Amino acid sequence: MNIWLQIASAAFVGLLLFFLYPAAKHWMQNGPKAKKGDWQAAAIPLLLVVGFVILLIAMVR
Amino acid sequence: MNTLDRAIGRSTETTFATNKVIKNTYLLLSATLVFSGMMALLSLYLAVPVWTYTVSVIVAMLMGIFVLPRTADSSAGLGVIFAITGLMGFGLGAVISMYLNMPNGPQTVGLALGGTGVIFLGLSGYALSSRRDFSFMGGFIFAGMLVMMVAVLANIFLQIPALQLAIASGFILLMSGFILFQTSQMVHGGETNYIHATYGLYLSIFNIFISLLQILGIFGGDD
Repeated sequence: MNIWLQIASAAFVGLLLFFLYPAAKHWMQNGPKAKKGDWQAAAIPLLLVVGFVILLIAMVR
Repeated sequence: MNTLDRAIGRSTETTFATNKVIKNTYLLLSATLVFSGMMALLSLYLAVPVWTYTVSVIVAMLMGIFVLPRTADSSAGLGVIFAITGLMGFGLGAVISMYLNMPNGPQTVGLALGGTGVIFLGLSGYALSSRRDFSFMGGFIFAGMLVMMVAVLANIFLQIPALQLAIASGFILLMSGFILFQTSQMVHGGETNYIHATYGLYLSIFNIFISLLQILGIFGGDD
């Protein structure tokens, strides 16, 4: 990658970090906490996504 | 009795508003995806260089940070969201063209496209039908994004393929979580602006597609 493009990309990612940090801080401090069974309900579809991606990888190998 | 009537009336109003946000979001998302696809075809036809992708994404995201929040509550927001998604689609064409020229390229692009569709429809369908509140994932998703951004920043200069693979895998998981989070926000009234909701879902789909392309490109090009 061209050095100027690398610098522009790095500056842009730095800007994203700057704007993302307050939102992340807010959600970590004030976001609702998980109740019993909540993480399980989220983990099942996410594990299915992982399995699906592994299946796609097996198809291209 | 009067209080009960008012409560029922308010509840019906809220449900109506929620359904309107969901309907408008999916309509706008479909339109922006079609437009984005057309712009990708245009950039494929024009055979634009690969750096177009970086420039398009940077300009589109800057518009997302600085212009969209100021216009999302007016009809001008519609023009802005189409400009953002059109630019991102135009940039995507350059990357797709690069992958199409690789061995097994058309298969890789087809699988990434189909895979993204299956992941998005599956997760949205799950969040909509289960009607669970996934807002507890907010802290995890935003903290994960910060970690990912630091990794992306490092890999711009380090260019380590294994780190690239880890970033792409992490993005697929985070964006999948974000689809659950954003959809449940719409269902439970946490997101009332359909332009913001569309932008969030579009970015998730875009990131999942790009990450899948990278992963399948790395594993498919081994032979």
